[in-house]
Amino acid sequence: MALPPGPLVYSHYHCLSPGHYHRPSTGTPQEEAAITTATATEPAVELAGITKRFPGVVANRDIDLHVAKGQIHALVGENGAGKSTLMKILYGMQRPDEGEIRINGSPVAFHTPADAIAAGIGMVHQHFMLADNLTVLENVILGSEPRKGGVAVDFGAARKKIKEISDAYGLGITPDVAVEELGVGDRQRVEILKVLYRGARILILDEPTAVLVPHEVDELFDNLRGLVREGLTILFISHKLDEVLRVADAITVIRRGTTVATVNPQDVTARQLAELMVGSELPSPETRESTVTEVVAFSVRDLTVRTADGRAIVEGVSFDIHKGEVLGIAGVEGNGQAELVEAIMGMRPLASGSLTLNGRDITGWPTLKRREGGIGYIPEDRHRHGLLLEAPLWENRILGHQTRRPNVKGIWIDRAGAREDTRRIVEEYDVRTPGIDVDAAALSGGNQQKLIVGREMSSDPLLLIASHPTRGVDVGAQAAIWDHLRTARAAGLAVLLISADLDELIGLSDSLKVILRGRIVADVDPAEVTPEQLGSAMTGAGEGA
Amino acid sequence: MSTFLDRLFGRVKLGGWLAVVAPLLAVVFAVLITSGVLLVAGKPPLDAFTALAHYVVQPSGAVLIINFATQYYISALAVAIGFRMNLFNIGVDGQYRLAAVVAAGVGGAALLPGVLNIILVMVVAVLVAALWAAIAGLLKVTRGVSEVISTIMLNAIATGIGSWLVIRYLGVRSGNELATKEIPPDSRVPGLSVIPGTSAQVTGFIVLAAIFGVAYYVLLNRTRFGFDLRATGRSESAAVASGVNVKRMVVTTMVLSGAIAGFAGMPELLGGSYKYGTNFPTGLGFTGIAIALLGRNNPVGMAIGALVWSFLDNSKNSLQLVDISPEIVQIMQGTIVLSVIVAYELVHRYAQAAKQRRVSRELAVPSQPEGAAA
Repeated sequence: MALPPGPLVYSHYHCLSPGHYHRPSTGTPQEEAAITTATATEPAVELAGITKRFPGVVANRDIDLHVAKGQIHALVGENGAGKSTLMKILYGMQRPDEGEIRINGSPVAFHTPADAIAAGIGMVHQHFMLADNLTVLENVILGSEPRKGGVAVDFGAARKKIKEISDAYGLGITPDVAVEELGVGDRQRVEILKVLYRGARILILDEPTAVLVPHEVDELFDNLRGLVREGLTILFISHKLDEVLRVADAITVIRRGTTVATVNPQDVTARQLAELMVGSELPSPETRESTVTEVVAFSVRDLTVRTADGRAIVEGVSFDIHKGEVLGIAGVEGNGQAELVEAIMGMRPLASGSLTLNGRDITGWPTLKRREGGIGYIPEDRHRHGLLLEAPLWENRILGHQTRRPNVKGIWIDRAGAREDTRRIVEEYDVRTPGIDVDAAALSGGNQQKLIVGREMSSDPLLLIASHPTRGVDVGAQAAIWDHLRTARAAGLAVLLISADLDELIGLSDSLKVILRGRIVADVDPAEVTPEQLGSAMTGAGEGA
Repeated sequence: MSTFLDRLFGRVKLGGWLAVVAPLLAVVFAVLITSGVLLVAGKPPLDAFTALAHYVVQPSGAVLIINFATQYYISALAVAIGFRMNLFNIGVDGQYRLAAVVAAGVGGAALLPGVLNIILVMVVAVLVAALWAAIAGLLKVTRGVSEVISTIMLNAIATGIGSWLVIRYLGVRSGNELATKEIPPDSRVPGLSVIPGTSAQVTGFIVLAAIFGVAYYVLLNRTRFGFDLRATGRSESAAVASGVNVKRMVVTTMVLSGAIAGFAGMPELLGGSYKYGTNFPTGLGFTGIAIALLGRNNPVGMAIGALVWSFLDNSKNSLQLVDISPEIVQIMQGTIVLSVIVAYELVHRYAQAAKQRRVSRELAVPSQPEGAAA
């Protein structure tokens, strides 16, 4: 299994001592010197030679990682590079096949997350694990409630402890608010408080900024700096390189399951980091020339969607997408984008409004008919809406296309046809998989997404709804997906692009609309807008002006 | 990752010989537990098992086992089709009994001659059971009522309606028994004399059961409908996004499950007692649930499960010959179901670990030239 040739293929890494940061020998002497000066105190976490193998999946191989106490240590790498597996190993959710974990110098073997928690490790998951209808206090103590007299929950003691922690680390949390009333940033702080409450001294944060808007990211980073000042250690997993460079004291790059370099953030640029991650040249989302035509492929008129309690969550939205046009919808998450998409897909009833696809009124059509009519759908949450995780790839090829060739003949599933076409998708879209009979769950996020993109493109749709098409996808797959979108657009596809990645929106879109609280509040020219301007439009900064 | 329920209901496949190991392990485990119970009760376990085994080798015993297993199997298929899409049709019991009452009344009235009457009886049974099941499906999609609750309640209602129909309209008293009028001899499904050495006949419905088993497999694995059904069972959200009308699937599947349930009482009605009375078998629906679990909704697995269950049910009375309470068999049945669940879980974990080890070995060798030192 040889790595492909490229300018940055490293083969020998020796771990000399904690605090000695290593880097590929291709670096200049100055870089080498600068990097090795990154000093460190005693290590809080040491991983040596960690190897973990799974059936048919990228695993961890010879991972070496030294996290100094009282630092923010970032772990960057593409999705599928093995970051999540590594963190699961450190958190006791998986056991390594080989290698050693040392916490504060002493070797440990975790069998369950409870062991890891007992050793002072806490994990803040990417997706919040909070019960909305409970208060902050109840969420925090859930599972480790302080007892009074053996039976009753001692809320007083818990409230006091939460206040103490919140004050000590400047988290600013009020214990008696229901979680459903909190914003995303506050929820994240509750998650952090939850692990601190359980005595964690080493925090693992898995893609903590994925759900935050820029100013919330700043707040989070302030909090993190406060935590390390108090002597805590933070392992920060991310693939947003500029953020990593801003906040981390040390950065370890992981690629193809193994650690390839540990660098000092002062000495590298985002581009160098990205190249370390990918091991090759970087893609950019820019579309070269406009392919927009005069023909309207899809139009939405006065679309309103209401929640069960009658609140308008999408209100009076109208737009046209022409053939060959990418229409981007920018907005902070939770401003009606998901509901807009579900309404267009027929998964959610419209309160009012109409949808026209290629001149035909599809307002009353059910989801299946809309799909058959030429709407492709890359869902926001591929696990919930895009895949059958426990089913083989070829059955996933059928999903959403179960009435069309080559998957079916009449009422019968055409196994041979579906399997053959799955092989084609795997080939054309570079889905890295040992075969088409493995379960979708065995693939990394990027490869799952490539399979979905390949599937949705395979029936030559008129309109493609791409909801966060490259979220949680590695740089390589991202470039491939952007390429496919551009190619299809040039061939006359109309694309509705919803994304939280402003660069992606600006780079790919031919026109941009900003959605805020369910309404389209601004039209933006992607050729002229900067991410900063777009970001402030999304938060309503320009409102009322 | 698969959840425990996914594995329990066979939505995650076990490969190859491991699929056989689990039930075998379970039976062995159940035998051990039962032996323990027998020893505690001061009875020799070996005697009990010999007595049970002796029953099978008698030709008439074998016929009975097969005939009961046929009913169980049909009932299990009805349950399994719901299980495959996360629909718990606990109401197979009420569905087949209500269907049998009405069908017995229609059949006894002999509105049509001969074979036509047989067809009429079966059509009536299927319609009644399907409609009864549809109530639960409609309640679920329109009002969000859990089908578990509604089908259990509908079971009780079906019992009431059945008794009322027999007492008020359909029943004919003969001696001590109140039952529907017998279906005329020319409208009965004949048995098959396939087991030599006995005059007892294997029910003709075994052919129908086999056809149902094959149809169940083909429907689920080879048709669009089956794909939609399995997709809904695996991930409802993904099914909705793919264009499956989940509400319609719920109703359709309930109706289909009920329709099959309607056949569960037919071997008895058209090939056994020819009437619905106080001796009509009850509880087939619940036996079906146990067998669907045993066979993990797999058509072959359920057939084996049905035979094992039927063997235990029928042979238990031979225990009295060796002065052992036949109720010991119920302990055994319970233990089998529980240990099957445990065994599948164990085997699943073993298979996972074995797979990982194998991949480890495969990956370990070629990675060496890369020489990740240290």
